[in-house]
Amino acid sequence: MTALAVRRTLQAVVVLLGVSVVTFALVHLVPGDPVRLALGTRFDQATYDALRERAGLDQPLVVQYLQWIGRAVTGDLGVSFRSGDPVTALILERLPATLSLALASILVALLIAVPLGTASALRPRSFVDGAATVLSQIGISVPEFWMGIMLILLFAGTLGWFPSSGYVPFTEDPALWLRSLVLPAVTTGLVSGSVLTRFTRSSVLEALGAEHVRTARAKGLPPRAVLDWHVLRNALLPLVTVTGVQLAYLLSGVVVVEIVFAWPGLGQLALQAVEARDYPVLQGAVLLFAFVFLLLNLVVDLLYSRLDPRISA
Amino acid sequence: MTDPVTDPVTGPAHGGGTVLDVRDLRVRVDTARGTADIVNGLSYSVAAGETVAVVGESGSGKSVSVLALLGLLPGHARVSGTAAFRGRDLLAMSEAELRTVRGNGIGMVFQDPMTSLNPVLTVGRQLTEGLLAHGRAGGRKAARARAAELLADVGLPDPRGALDRYPHELSGGMRQRVVIAIALSGDPALLIADEATTALDVTVQAQILELVAGLQRERGTGVVWITHDLGVVAGTADRVLVMYGGRCVEDGSVDDVFEAPAHPYTRGLLGALPALHDEDGADGAPAERPDLVAIGGTPPPPTDLPPGCVFWPRCPVRGDERCATEQPPLVPVRGSGPVPHRAATFYGERLQQTEVGA
Repeated sequence: MTALAVRRTLQAVVVLLGVSVVTFALVHLVPGDPVRLALGTRFDQATYDALRERAGLDQPLVVQYLQWIGRAVTGDLGVSFRSGDPVTALILERLPATLSLALASILVALLIAVPLGTASALRPRSFVDGAATVLSQIGISVPEFWMGIMLILLFAGTLGWFPSSGYVPFTEDPALWLRSLVLPAVTTGLVSGSVLTRFTRSSVLEALGAEHVRTARAKGLPPRAVLDWHVLRNALLPLVTVTGVQLAYLLSGVVVVEIVFAWPGLGQLALQAVEARDYPVLQGAVLLFAFVFLLLNLVVDLLYSRLDPRISA
Repeated sequence: MTDPVTDPVTGPAHGGGTVLDVRDLRVRVDTARGTADIVNGLSYSVAAGETVAVVGESGSGKSVSVLALLGLLPGHARVSGTAAFRGRDLLAMSEAELRTVRGNGIGMVFQDPMTSLNPVLTVGRQLTEGLLAHGRAGGRKAARARAAELLADVGLPDPRGALDRYPHELSGGMRQRVVIAIALSGDPALLIADEATTALDVTVQAQILELVAGLQRERGTGVVWITHDLGVVAGTADRVLVMYGGRCVEDGSVDDVFEAPAHPYTRGLLGALPALHDEDGADGAPAERPDLVAIGGTPPPPTDLPPGCVFWPRCPVRGDERCATEQPPLVPVRGSGPVPHRAATFYGERLQQTEVGA
């Protein structure tokens, strides 16, 4: 277990370094000059050069990278070209909003997917199965922004149950935080939930067909015990992997949904950084996404080895 | 093993009496290609302490015939007939009633111990859950103690330690011992072994056969041994029932069926078995013969069984028109002991006079 954890962590560090190189290179390859964008249309060459020098943009790329990564390992991701704020602070400021949305979305997704997917698998080709298939196909194909707008129109507009947009920090008002969270979380949760429903259905179906299920029934176990311990327990394994991937996707900022709901999350931050060619913020955000992704993969791997004894430590 | 006194109609009834009495068991499944007649009027009985082998090729309906008894077939399978287990008809029982029999009065051992155990639960958990479900142990602790005893009974080294291990940490033979321990945990009157040694190495096979035989002697359990391996039949069974196309084509004592097989299919099966050069000529081993003989063709699909004798399309005898149109009933043929020897063929007695493979 610990050996596996150490091995995987080292692998993750190597991958993260690779990602940092690629990110850095890509960000600098994107056409557009951040200094020019920051200065607007009227500026003189001296100001331009001074700003470039201050941002370190006059240095060779390799030097820039080494300086950036050297500071990054200490948690200093540089300062924003646009606002002059430290990037780390900007990200940390956005993190609670994204974290709230991602966790709430995955919760909504699992609350839909596990019961519905299981019910479908237990009665294949039944009414429930058919309905679940159609609904999840719709959920997968409908664009998130449209779903978000529809939910806003109905639940914020017509019914007025929830605020139409905006985020209230938990520390400010837990009740409002929850109310502000419902619509965006349901929007992304429906999409992720649709994917996970299909997935739950197929893994439960597969688990149902396993021979050990017959052994369990031949033991005379009640149906509930067979389902919980010999079907769902086994179907959980692949589901954990996919849920991890979905969560990583949600944590990397669901850009579209964050825009629709004016949600001050990381996706919005990254988008603004792209528009302003705000290299430090963009690099910091992408590095963070990569980090989150790797961290979740690591967690999934470790969880997997706990859930499946066949994966040796 | 004992030679039970046999009533020609109900089969052996002796000692502990009849444990299982199956009459006219039929299993049908509706498929896209029509109705599949998987089991067609199977009747047999098993007495306490007796081993009945059900032999046939894959697809002959032998596994289905036992899964049907415990209601373990998918919901769309239509099962009819009667199967009296200690006097109560299994096929008339509700699902809840069946649960009290499964793993309790009847234990089952499946073919592949690699897949018949749940890979993510410990051996202890898989043993104790049955004990607890049937109220055979006061609590978790008592159940664990009983589970360790059962593992010791089936010859697992370090039974206490094995409780906390996962199936993949055990060898195939050890896993099958665990499956047998699970089957025995309900102190069953009947043990059904569905190809229980097929997936194992030959040496391990012998150990498992010996284990079951020993446990059976100790406890007087009736055993139904489903197999396609005639070697297993010769070594363990008292009586044998040969299945083909979902029907019983021949049954009788192991000695009779092996020494004087009457049905062309049985003769084909024995012809496909390598000769054991038995110097004493004892033990009911098949007589020596020069070559292995394969049975030509394949079994008929259960959706399209021939109207007459099910074996007719592959039969080397292919007697006459009658075989193609009329189902030969199971009739007595020449036998030696008190167990009736019967075969579903019009040519039984005549075939018995010739050598197998000739």
